[in-house]
This record gives sequence, C-alpha cells and structure tokens, in this order.
Amino acid sequence: MSTTDITLTAVEDSETTPLTPGQIFRQRLFGHTGFLIGASIILAIVVVAIFAPLIAPHDPYVQSLSTRMLPPVWSEGGSWEHLLGTDQNGRDYLSRLIYGTRVSITIGIGAATVGLMIGVTLGVMAGYFGGWIDHAISFLLTAQLALPGLLLAMALVFIIGPSIWVVIGIVGVLHWTYYLVVTRAATQRIRNLDFVAAAKASGASSRQIIWHEILPNLASSIIVIFTFELGIAILAESSLSFLGVGIQPPIPSWGLMIAEGKQAMFYRPWLVVLPGICLFLLVIGANLMGDGLRDITSPEGRNE
Amino acid sequence: MSLLDIQNLDVTLALPNGPLKAVRDVTLTLEPGESLGIVGESGSGKSMTALALMRLLPRSATCEAEALRFDGQELRDLGDPAFARQIAGPRIGMIFQEPMTSLNPVYTIGRQMTEATVARGLLSEAEARRKAIDLLDRVGIPDPEGRMNQFPHQMSGGQRQRVMIAMTLMLDPELLIADEPTTALDVTVQAQILDLLDDLRRERGMGLILISHDLAVVAERTDRVAVMYLGEMVEQGTAQEVLYHPQHDYTKALLAAIPRLDGPARVPAQEAAAPEVEKVISATNLCREFHSRKGLFGPKKTVRALDDVSLELRRGETLAVIGESGSGKSTLARILLGLDLPDAGDVRMLGRPVLDLPGAERASLVQPVFQDPYTSLNPRRRLSEIISRPLVLRGEGDSASRLAAVKDAMEKVRLPGRLIHAYPSQLSGGQRQRVAIARALITEPEALICDEPTSALDVSVQAQILELLDDLRAKMGLTCLIITHDMAVVHEIADRVAVMYQGRVVEEGSASAVLDHPSNDYTARLLAAAPRFGATRDLEVVQ
Amino acid sequence: MLRYIALRAALALAVAFTVSLAAFLLLNVAGDPAQAIAGEDATPDVIEAIRDRYGLDRPLPVRYFDWLGGVLQGDFGTSYYWHKPVAELVADRADETITLALSALSVTIIIALPLGALAALNPNSWIDRFALGVAVSAQAVPNFWLGLIMIILFGVMMPIFPVSGDSTWKHFVLPAFVLGASSVPAVMRLTRTGLIEVMGADYIRTARSKGFRGWPLLRRHAMRNALLPVISVLAVQLGQKFGGSVITESIFAINGLGRLALESILGMDIPTVQMLIFVFAIVFVAMNLLADILNAALDPRIRIG
Repeated sequence: MSTTDITLTAVEDSETTPLTPGQIFRQRLFGHTGFLIGASIILAIVVVAIFAPLIAPHDPYVQSLSTRMLPPVWSEGGSWEHLLGTDQNGRDYLSRLIYGTRVSITIGIGAATVGLMIGVTLGVMAGYFGGWIDHAISFLLTAQLALPGLLLAMALVFIIGPSIWVVIGIVGVLHWTYYLVVTRAATQRIRNLDFVAAAKASGASSRQIIWHEILPNLASSIIVIFTFELGIAILAESSLSFLGVGIQPPIPSWGLMIAEGKQAMFYRPWLVVLPGICLFLLVIGANLMGDGLRDITSPEGRNE
Repeated sequence: MSLLDIQNLDVTLALPNGPLKAVRDVTLTLEPGESLGIVGESGSGKSMTALALMRLLPRSATCEAEALRFDGQELRDLGDPAFARQIAGPRIGMIFQEPMTSLNPVYTIGRQMTEATVARGLLSEAEARRKAIDLLDRVGIPDPEGRMNQFPHQMSGGQRQRVMIAMTLMLDPELLIADEPTTALDVTVQAQILDLLDDLRRERGMGLILISHDLAVVAERTDRVAVMYLGEMVEQGTAQEVLYHPQHDYTKALLAAIPRLDGPARVPAQEAAAPEVEKVISATNLCREFHSRKGLFGPKKTVRALDDVSLELRRGETLAVIGESGSGKSTLARILLGLDLPDAGDVRMLGRPVLDLPGAERASLVQPVFQDPYTSLNPRRRLSEIISRPLVLRGEGDSASRLAAVKDAMEKVRLPGRLIHAYPSQLSGGQRQRVAIARALITEPEALICDEPTSALDVSVQAQILELLDDLRAKMGLTCLIITHDMAVVHEIADRVAVMYQGRVVEEGSASAVLDHPSNDYTARLLAAAPRFGATRDLEVVQ
Repeated sequence: MLRYIALRAALALAVAFTVSLAAFLLLNVAGDPAQAIAGEDATPDVIEAIRDRYGLDRPLPVRYFDWLGGVLQGDFGTSYYWHKPVAELVADRADETITLALSALSVTIIIALPLGALAALNPNSWIDRFALGVAVSAQAVPNFWLGLIMIILFGVMMPIFPVSGDSTWKHFVLPAFVLGASSVPAVMRLTRTGLIEVMGADYIRTARSKGFRGWPLLRRHAMRNALLPVISVLAVQLGQKFGGSVITESIFAINGLGRLALESILGMDIPTVQMLIFVFAIVFVAMNLLADILNAALDPRIRIG
C-alpha cells in the first residue's frame, strides 16, 4: 500500500494550514458591514458617555427660566448657544441628551449582565443535568414568559422606590429567558458530543466539564444574546421612565425626557423627536452588532 | 441512441472564499436499461453531477455543459417549468441518501405517493391509490393498504427508503438515480435495498445510476463503474475492468484501502489466544434498560439495550464487537468506559470492580476513541490542550513535561509536530481521529475502547487509521476493543470477535473461526451482506 | 390526542397559578404595600390603619390562600382605589383591550407573514434586504415613541385618524399599528428562517425531483411545515399584546386593561394589579395552549407519538 499512499494523503496534508477559528472570526468581523456600522455606533455612544463632561456644552442640570423651550439652531429663534434648544426648565437639551447616554449605557449593560448571570446559570444547569432539574427550570421559564413583564416591573419599581440600581435589578431579573432558552439548547447539544464523553472518561468532574468544555463553546452565543439584551434593556428602561416609574427627574434619561416633552409635543416636537432618535440609534447599533455577531459565529458560517 | 449523454459538465460553487469547481469536465453516457455506478469519496462531486442533471443544485451553484441529452432531447433547451413538467418525475426519478428526512413528516405516505400522478392528471385519485398499493407491495412493504394512511415517522429507515423507491416508480421513469441510497441504513438492510433496485431495473428496463462512496457495493451491482476524484471523472469502464484492472492511481489506492474479507489474513497476537492471560476488563451479566418518553407526559417506552452480556478483554488482544445500530454495542462501550452504569451485572478492571475506582484511576486503565472525529474534539481548544487534558485532570506533571508528552503522543500517532497549536477545525477528519487516539494514549492506559473509529471517515483514511491501531498494538502491546458494524474491519484487525444482536452476544470466538464458520444465523447474514469482490466467496459463506 | 390536550391544559393552569403566587410574593415582599399606599410622608398611625383595614397585617400565606380561595369562587377582591369589585372593573374594560390586541395581531400578520415569506423565497434579493431593514428598525424603535410620532403626524399634519379615545373603529387604527409593529420583527424573522429551512429540507428536494415547483410546491409541501413554528410565536405575541397594552392605551387614551393597570399601580391598588397580572398570565397560557393544540392537529409527529 506504501506506493499509493502518496496520492491519498496529498489532500490530507496540504501545506497551507487553514486559519485558526480566531483568525476566521476576525476576518469575518471586518467583512461584515452590518456589524461594522453597529459597532461604530455603539463605540461612538460609549465614548460620548465616558467623556460627557468634556463634550457637553452646558451643565445638564442647571435650570434657567429665561431660556425655557428655546428651539434648535436650525429653527427660527434658535441660537448657537443652545444647539438643540432647551427644555421646559431651560436646561440645554444637547447636554441632557449627552448625559442621557450614561443612563442608557449603564442600565443596558447592568441589566443585560444581571439577566446573563441568571439565564446562563439556569440554562447550563437545565441543559447539563437534565431530568427533574430541567423540568423544574423549564417550568420556571414558562411561568416567567407568562408574567406580564412590563406590568410587574412597573409595580415593583413603584413599590421599592425608583433608582438606577433598582431599575437595573428589576429589568435584569425580568429578562433572562432568552439566555436560558439558547444556553439550555446549546448545552444539551454539547453535553452529548463525544469530547464531553472523552473528558468524563478521563475523570473530569461536572464542574470541570462545564467550565472547560461547555462554557467556551457557549461564549459566542452568550455574547450575541448580550448584545440583543442590551438593546431590550435600554428600551425597557426608557418605557418605565416614560411611564413615570423608572428613572426620576432631574436625571436625564431619554425615556423620561420624552415624557417631559410630551405635553408640548405639538408645538415643540423636537423635545420628543430628539431623545427618540437617540434611543433608536443606540438600540439599532446594538441590534446590528448582535445580528452581525450571530451571522459571523453561526455554525453554517463556520469553516466546515 | 443513448438514454443519457452528458458532455463536459462543470459545476461551480460560489463559496465565501472564492468559486470552487465541484465538478470538472465530466462526460458520461448511459444506454437504456443499463446501470452505471458513480463512485467517489465525499467532496468528489458525484452527488453534484446528479443534482446538476436534476436541476436540484443549491442556489450558490452554477452548471455548464456542452451537452446534456436525455433520450436524444437536449435538456439545456428546456426552461425550468418545462423541465419540471416533462423530465423530473416522469422520465428521471431520484432517491436520496437520508430516508429519515426525505419524506414530508406532516403528510401521509398515501398522499405523498399519489400526489405527483394526480397533479399531472395521469391517473384519478382511486387509480393512483391502487397503483401505489401495488408498488408498495412490490417493494416489500407489509400491509401496503394500512401503510397508505401512516406517516413517515411511523416507519423504519429501510421501510422509508422502500417507500421512496415506490414513490419514484409511480411515474414510471426511464432513468432512476439513486444517490447513496443505503448509506444511512444497516448492513443487512443495505443489501436488500440494493438488490431491490437491481431487480426493479431489470423488470422495467430502466436505466439506473447508483451513486456511492463504496466501490465494492457499486461494482457488485452495476454494469459499468465511473470513479470520481476531486470533481473529475478519473476512470470509467465495466465493473470487471475497474475492479481487476484499475488504470488510475486513485482507483488503485481506493481498491487497496478497502477493508476486505478476502485480503491476506493478519498475523494474530499470539499470546492473546491463551485464556490464562490477564483480563484487562471483564464484564459479567450486564443488563441495561432505557426508559424514554416523548415529551413531558408521553407514554413510556422501555428499550432493553443490554441483556445479560458477558465479555472479557485480554491483555494484548484486539477484540471486535460487531453489530448493527440498536444492537446495544455502543451502550456496552459507554458502560465499559464508566460513562454509564449497568442496571445489573458487574464490570471489573484488572480484577477490581469499576465502581470502586475513582475517575482518575479509571482513566488510566481505559480510554475512548469515538466514531465522529468532528465532535470528539472540543472546537475551542488547541491540540496541545486537548491532548494534554487527561494529564491536567489527573494533576500530573508540569507544563513542560506535559508538552513533551503531547509531542511524544503526536509522534506515536504520526501527526506532524507543526500542528501542536492548531485548532481541530484546521484538521482533516483523519488527522482529528489521530488526535483523539493521541489523547487516549497520553495517560498510557491499559486498554483503548474504540467505538466505530473509522465509520465516519473516507475509505482511504479508514485504512490508515486501522493500520495505525494495529501498529500501536504490535509496538506497544496495546489492548483494544473495537466496536464496529463492518465485518471487513473485523477481518483486518481483530483477534477475537463478539457478535451482538438485540442486546445479546450471540456468537463469540476467534476472528478467523467466526468469519470462516459462523455458527449463528445472524452472523451468517451479516457476513453475507458484507460487500466483497470475489462474488464466489459469499456463496460459500452462506452455505 | 385528548390526553395530550388535557395534560397541556393542566400544565397551563399550574403555570398561571405559579405566576399569581410569584406576583403576590414580589408585590408584598419587595416593599411595604401599606407604606406605598399611604405615601412617602404618612405617619405611622396612618400606615397602621391602612394595614389594619386591608388585612395586610396577616401572615403572607394566609393572605395568599385567602386570595386564592376567593379567585376559585370568582371573587378577586375589592379595589382599594375604586372601591368596587375588581372583577367588575376588569370586565368593564376588557372589551377595548381585546379589540386592540386582536387588531394589533392582524397588523402583525398582514405585515410580517408576506414580508417574511417573500424574503425567504428570494434570499439576498432587495426584498430580503428590505425586510431585514424593516425588522432591524422596528426592533429599535421605542414603542411609546412610535405612538407619539404617530400622534404628531396624524393629529396635526394629516388628521385622518383620531389620536385619542376608543369610541369608533377608527380610534383603533393607530394604536393597533403601533402595538402590532412591535411584533413584526420577531414574527417576520421566524417566518423567514422557518421557510428557508423548510425550502432547504430533504423532503422539498424530493418533491422537486418529482417535478413540483413554484406555487404548488409551496402550497402542497412547504406551507404547513413552515407554519408550525409561526403559530407558536403568534400565540406568544398575542399573549404579550395584553401586557403590552399598558403603553399603547395610555398614549392613545384607550380605556382598557392596560390603562387600568397603570392607574392601579400609580394608586397602589394591589388587588387590581394582582388580578390583572393573573388575567394576563391566563391569557398568555391559554394562547399557548391553543397553539399547542393547533400544532398537534397539523403535525402528526405530535398527534401520533
């Protein structure tokens, strides 16, 4: 057989080693327009949030009765002093919008992280251990899905008393199902793969298998969900604040600013339109990033 | 006039990293009533050729040809609607590899069988139904009338493939293309389906194209054979010519690589034959039942996977456990590896009950090699991490000594050292299986348990992996239990063999004795079903 | 089949009561309801009086089973705020919300199903990109903001539809659009991926090899299979429409359950909040049950195990 071996192995041992998963990932990342747009938006907003005090032209909290409800610079009566005009308390709208990034980003990341902790823990447990643990967690999932989330969040924030941390906690506690569904299914699939059996046969404990074999394989889907949940949490916070049971005045939350501008929206529409556009941009950035990451990391996009 | 005449067919796939020519310059002809086998490994373009003819190519693929004539008619002149109306179905029928998914799960067998004839207005509902029942009867489906109202999930894989065949025959095609029709089926079922296809062809004077990765299977049942390799047709000729006088190097290599029952017998491990040799693993009276329910509240089903199985593995021998899917052989492997516990019975390793052994110690006694090299390696880890993992789990050595051990193991399994920091996705199937073997060897276990170690690999790679395992046994005195469905693998590598059927060991003995003089009916059937070249030989075995 | 439905129904009821228990616990443990009813600067005496009057001083399990006992007899308690039986209050306002939810679901179906199907049948075409664009944007638009923009557009610039109230069908056009739009991304994406998956399935290839193509192929082979997951997601979305009515109803001044929910939360009317959560949960599980039954009827793999 030695004479013909060469022909057969020629395909197997081609000298050009294929790229590592990391290299392929980076290549795809920079080739995905949607992801690049989303990531740039998020990056820009995060930079604005971090450097808000340097960028904002005015103090977002300083009220001034003499400059109430000034229109933006492009409208009649607008001035360069207040680029996007002022609100009903005479505060500079641009500065409030800039500081609003901090509220949205903090709550988005915070709540998405809280949800991640709960959802991934439950999902991996249900998927890995199966049996009655899985049944119990699946029941919990069905119950959570049946809960009218917004209603309960409103009631809880109202009872506990609104603050950023309460909003983060409650939005997070009510948004873990997506993580659970995905990590449970993925864990069930991975648990039955042979490399887990190989680890068991080498004497690995459940904890070692979960940390070393399973979680690394969940990482990409968890990141994808995190990006989507970021957007969902930001929208949830803005809804709560809009309804008056979220962030409280005078903190500049975009949802709250829309609620404050609502009374005057027919003749001062920018008070409602501008914060909405900010929210839209932030959330669409997160969603584009999530969509892109999902495209890039989905199995059918992989090497084989 | 030829029934089918394909001249210089090219199929190009648009992949993210550039176009790939999946089929290049393929030319083939088929006379009416003739059967042609197309053979090649995965990715050779054999299926693409058939799909191109049937206009079933994936969206990303384009095809070009100088001529695509069917019964003298140039198919390229037909628009898609005309092709669907005139050719696909009534003139060329096709059956596929996966009988489990090729039938629509939400409609009855009857509806799926009759719809094409009725939709074309060829037969009335009642006539179509009668014809369908006749055809189901012809392809060997018991109670064809009752089956008409059943759904695909209520049938076995072999039955579904029979239904698929009957369904294509509803339109009485002049050419039937069978794309790996038996690959997903058990060996004994495979032979029946292939014989059925051949009988039907003769009965109806149909042309038949049989596509397969298995040269032996194809050569046994077709008039002519074409061999494809990397998108090109490297050889074409009568079955006899290709089998006994292959022209192309690739065909020669392919033939040499096929595990065969009539090849030269291997030298058995001498010392293993003696029963007083130490038993590495002994299993006595193992029983294992599985209870499954569909959904949370579905009715309970009990499957008896192992029924009073006793087995021993002696030092230095290679024991093959052979059986078809559902015979319980994989459950046995899981129990011997400590991945599953028997309901009753006892497993001892070097005389000690396996239940008393801590995981790490068990790992140093027995290690697994699994079937599918694509799932047996963690895709997120580098080879160095994967291979050294058993050492890390045992807390053995420091990083330097572990690295040395990894290099040593990679050398043993003949993996190039430059791959040490590669990820599994960068490796071929054969290389991955070598990695799995290296990982199993690194703790220097007493025994390897290999569950179908070659059945997910291409034929040429299969031979290399078997050779490697046999080499390791010879050089290191490795004890090996190989689970397989393939009699030829037994012949190539095993000293002893145990045949499993429906959870029981029905026959056990030295490999040569069992292969030459099977005492059990089922073993004889398995042997008869195994493809081989010397057609004379299988008659001897059956009788 | 009957056994399947019975078990599903039992599970649905169990879920609904679990939800009511969870809501009860959260509402009572998270803070002091008496304090919340009395307001920030109430004296201890006032709080004590409230506690006494509403029986909030009794232990939690007693109060829950008291509530549960009432529910089983159709008595959901009396509103702290409106001083009427809660069940009556909810019954009075249910019509508006049911109308709103159903018309919102119709909007979702009319937009999402055709768009998703067209995108799936022409992957990477302009229609696919357009559908994806619609999904991504609709997902990012805050629902309440979309409502306000509609009011600005239709209230001032193009007064075709009324923007406030619930007296005629015209009043429901804008709210239904706003509430329905929020479900478009999920339903559209699922329709698209489901149909793409089905069109790539082996049995579709089989049907093609028998000469089926175009509309007959879709109708006879792809539609039912692709519809199965869509039915489930539509049920989930309809269930969520009730909870989602809070925002839409308050913006468009529709006097339905959503608005009742907001008012009772701001008035700390715990019996009403408790009942609304229970009702919404029941609606949700009932819709899912319905979807399960429909799926079982359409899919023999569920019907005949």
